[in-house]
Parts: sequence; structure tokens; C-alpha cells
Amino acid sequence: MTDTPQAYSAAAEVGQIRERRTWVQIAKIELKKAPYSAWFGLIVIAIYLFVAIFAPLLAPHGEAEIFPASFAPWGGDFVFGTDQIGRDIFSRLIYGARNTIGIALATTLLSFAIGGSLGLIAAISGGWLDQLLSRFVDVLMAIPGLIFALMLLTIFGSSILSLIIIIAVLDSTRVFRLTRSVSVSVVVMDYVEAAKLRGEKLGWIMRREILPNIMPPLIAEFGLRFSFVFLTIAALSFLGLGIQPPTADWGSMVRDNASMIQFAKYDLTAALTPMIPAGAIALLTVAVNFVVDWFLHITSGLNDEH
Amino acid sequence: MHPILGTIIQRLLLGLVTLFFVSLIIFSSVEFLPGDFTQAILGQAATEDTVAAFRAELGLDKPAYIRYFDWIGAVAQGDLGYSFSGRSASGIDRSRAVVDLVAPRLGNTLFLAGMAAIVSVPLALVLGITAALYRNSFYDRSVNAVTLTTISFPEFFLAYLLILFLASLWPVFPSLANVNSETELIDRIYKCVLPALTLTLVIVAHMMRMTRAAIINLLASPYIEMSQLKGLSKAKVIMRHALPNAWAPIATVIAFNLAYLVVGVVVVEVVFVYPGIGQLMVDAVTTRDIPVVQACALIFATTYILLNLTADIIGIVTNPRLLHPR
Repeated sequence: MTDTPQAYSAAAEVGQIRERRTWVQIAKIELKKAPYSAWFGLIVIAIYLFVAIFAPLLAPHGEAEIFPASFAPWGGDFVFGTDQIGRDIFSRLIYGARNTIGIALATTLLSFAIGGSLGLIAAISGGWLDQLLSRFVDVLMAIPGLIFALMLLTIFGSSILSLIIIIAVLDSTRVFRLTRSVSVSVVVMDYVEAAKLRGEKLGWIMRREILPNIMPPLIAEFGLRFSFVFLTIAALSFLGLGIQPPTADWGSMVRDNASMIQFAKYDLTAALTPMIPAGAIALLTVAVNFVVDWFLHITSGLNDEH
Repeated sequence: MHPILGTIIQRLLLGLVTLFFVSLIIFSSVEFLPGDFTQAILGQAATEDTVAAFRAELGLDKPAYIRYFDWIGAVAQGDLGYSFSGRSASGIDRSRAVVDLVAPRLGNTLFLAGMAAIVSVPLALVLGITAALYRNSFYDRSVNAVTLTTISFPEFFLAYLLILFLASLWPVFPSLANVNSETELIDRIYKCVLPALTLTLVIVAHMMRMTRAAIINLLASPYIEMSQLKGLSKAKVIMRHALPNAWAPIATVIAFNLAYLVVGVVVVEVVFVYPGIGQLMVDAVTTRDIPVVQACALIFATTYILLNLTADIIGIVTNPRLLHPR
């Protein structure tokens, strides 16, 4: 029996083709190292998405189905009781996930489409167009967002479509600023110059040359903007100016059931009823913030230690 | 001329220009109203004469730029126009001047915001600076975790949590802040405790995190390391070397968060039924009372711009590099 010699050859190792990790492998490696807060955030987000997608299968009653018993107590046929006109609160919570998250997501996507493309155009073309867009955004940002949204809702009325457009436009100012500032340093790179000399169009330069290089800050910003938009829409609905009934929505559910808090001494479950949708909003924003925090940590390599 | 003066004048002019454009945007909101909005306000039964008189009062027969200068001139003299509510189809006009609606409520809002600011500014600065000095300690981590959580909460969630525990389960404070002009100061403060506490929780979290980041950023600069290596005491490093450069970021943080308070006050006023300008604006939006909405938006935006301008100027005035021009 002869030992096969464990021959080591440096040349062989160098000669090997270095395989690139696919993004799935990178994600697996990073997930193993992820802190508990990030895991918590990811699991919460996954549950919310599951509930939002399968809402009609999970809800025991219809979204706007009205039962004769209004303000019914917890338990029995209605898990969390019924509201002031006899709609099942548990079912409305489930449908609310779908409506509230769906509308916030659509708004954030639209605001990134507007702000991101204008920001890229401003950074690439520079000159008077850049100046014009930047100064315009400065003026828009000088008015507090919620106040501006209230003013525009007075004029256009509060339908879901106008809500999405108004908040997306107002929010796109921040996306514009970030996109512009991160892509300004990429625009001056040699490979962008090369693409321009090759005769590539503006669209190609935006999508293929610049966008891949500014993705990490934009993805983190997407998370932050989503939770901000989500909170703004919840606040507007809470004020009675956002998503209108009978569409189930967490912000207006808090508003409708808020008076029950007064009865905490006699029936704690009744007092907790308005806290559930409010808590659902809070939990999702906490989860998104945790995940964004972790994502920024990985991509920037920053760990707050100098 | 001293270079600082030049910079300040430049900033003030820039602020004025911003204010001009903002007023232009707020004014032009009327332009986007649908053509039949007079009928919506006066009712379907409005006669031709009433509609014509109402349109003439709004100056809709004049070109837009003349109306803008009329409007902004009146606003500069403290005349914000008349509310849309209280008008009827028969032409009887019981509408109230917007100034009379806004003025008492503006005082209430400033009182509430001031109460929250007096508590939260010193608290946030102390928390932020200590967290930065002892960073990565247990104290720093726990303060960080708590503030990240409160930032993520919507204002009304915090407000109802406080009501649940401090007004409903253990009735220590009233859950409704129904003050009026006759309320005594002590009683007023007592009734405003819960709304002010809600605002404080929101503001402190933001302000503390921003202060911490600003100070950590500063402590990382080479000249601080140099002063430490010289063997100066910790107190001297902070008082003599760090603080002069820290005033600018701290002023920015405070102004930014007071400006944030302007927005946060809207939701909190509605939760606690506090008769402030935020609630007035929400009511006006529901009834589509444009003159009131415009007046409130103008007040909010002006406050916001002025606060940011103040922060800018404090940043310039306290900057040691600008104080000693070469």
C-alpha cells in the first residue's frame, strides 16, 4: 500500500478558474452571519407578505361584510370582535395588510421610478437641466411633506389613485437627491465616458453603466422610503384623509375604534382592539428598519467604529 | 465687509427666494380646483348673481399674476382672506376671517410645541453626547435600540399607548386636551402633559441619534486625536476642542427636529382633540376650505423654512474657520 502523496502545486491553484459566487450563495453566507434583529425583521416581513398575498383565503369573513352585532366582544365567531357597524375586525386586519402594504409598495415604486430616473438624468446631463431640477426639488422640500400632501388632497380629493400619485411625487424629491448625489461620482468614470464615445444612448448608460454601481444605497433607501411612505399613508388614513371606507386599512381602523381605549378598566380586550392595527403598523416599520440597518452594515462595511 | 456678514446676507436672500416660490406654489393650488367648485361651496341652488359675486370676491375675473400680488400683499398685512365655510346659496355670508380662526389656535400649537421642545432638546443632547462618548457600551446600545424602535412607531401608536396606560388604566392625566383661552396656566400644562410627552418621545429619538452621529463624526477627526495624544484631560478635549466645532451640527440637529415637530403636531393634536392649528388644517382639508388650508400651509412652511435658515446661520456664525478669515 502506498500513500498517494498530497502534492501541492501553487501553479495549479493559481491556474484554476476562480468561480464567482452567485448572489444566492452570497445571500446564504450573509444570512448565516446575520444578527438576531435582522432575522426578526426578515421573518416579520415574510409573514406580512404571506398574509397580504393570501388574504382572501385566510380571512374568516368578507372585507366589508356587516354583521348585526356591532362592538361584539372578543372570542367566538369574531376573534377580535366587531367594529362600530359590525364588521369583523380580524378579517379587516388581514385585508388591511393587503391594502395598506400594497398601496405603500406601489407608491414607493412610483416614487423611485420618478425620482430615480430624473436623478440619473440630472447627473448624466449636468448643466442647466441639472440646475433646474435640483432647484425645483429644493423648493418642494422646503414645504413639510405631510402639510403639502394635505394641501394637494384638498384640491384633488382623496381617492386611492390621487393618494398614490401625490405621495409618490412628494417622496420622489428625496430619491432624486440621493440618486443624483451617488451617481455624480460614477458619471465621471472612464467606462461611462467610453460608453458615451461608443455612441450609447442615454437609456443604456443609465441602465447598464450607472445603475449597477449605485444599487446598494438605492436598495437601502428603498427600505427606508417604504417605511416612511407606509407611515405617511397610515397617518393620512388615521386623519380620515387617506384610504376611504369600506376599504379596510389599518390607519382608519385605529381611528374608528379609538374611543374603545376609554373602557380599558372594564374590558381590557376592548381597549386593545384599536391597538392591534396600530401595533401592526409599528411592527412592520420596526422590521423594515432592522433589515435596512443590517443591509447598510453589510454593503457599506461601516460598523460605527472609528 | 466681514466675510461672515456676506455669507449671512446671501443665506437670508436665498431663504426669501425659497419663501417666494413656496408662496407661489401654495397660491397656485387654487388654480387646480375644478371649474364648478363655487357650486360645491355655495350649494346647487346658488343663483347666477351669488356665484358671480363669489367669483368676483375671489378675483377670478382678474389674471392670475395680479391675484397673486393681491393675495401676497394682503397676507403681508395680516389679512388671510375669508373662510369658505358659512356661505350659502342665497348669498348670505356668515364666513369668518381666516385670521380670527388661525390666531388663537396658532398660540395653542406654539404652546404645545414649546412645551415639548423645552423638555426634549436638553434631554436629547445629554443622551446623544453621552452615548457618543461611551459608544458601543451597554448604555449606548440600549439607548440606540430604544430610539430605533420609537422612531419606527407612528405618532398615534405612541399617543394611544400613553392614553391606554396613563389615562385609561391608571387615570393620572386627562386623555383629552380641551383647553380654551380661559384655562389657567397650571391647568393648561396638566392637560397638555400627554400630547407633549408623545411629541417628546418622537423628537428625542431623532435628535439623540443625530447628535450622536454628529459627535462621533467629530471625535474621529485627526485634530481631536492630536489633542488626546498631547495628554489633555477628557473634559478639556471636549470643552476646548470638540465643542466649538460641534455647535454647527448640534444647531442643525435641533432646528431640523423642531421643524419635524411642526409636522408631528398635526397627528398628535387630532388624537388629543387639542384646539391647535394642525387640527384646524385637517378639518379644513375635510371640508375643502381652501383659504384656511392655504393659510395653515403657509404658516407651517414659513416656520419650517425659518427654522432651517436659523440653523444655517448659527452654523455659519459659530464656525471657527469662518471667524478668523485669512
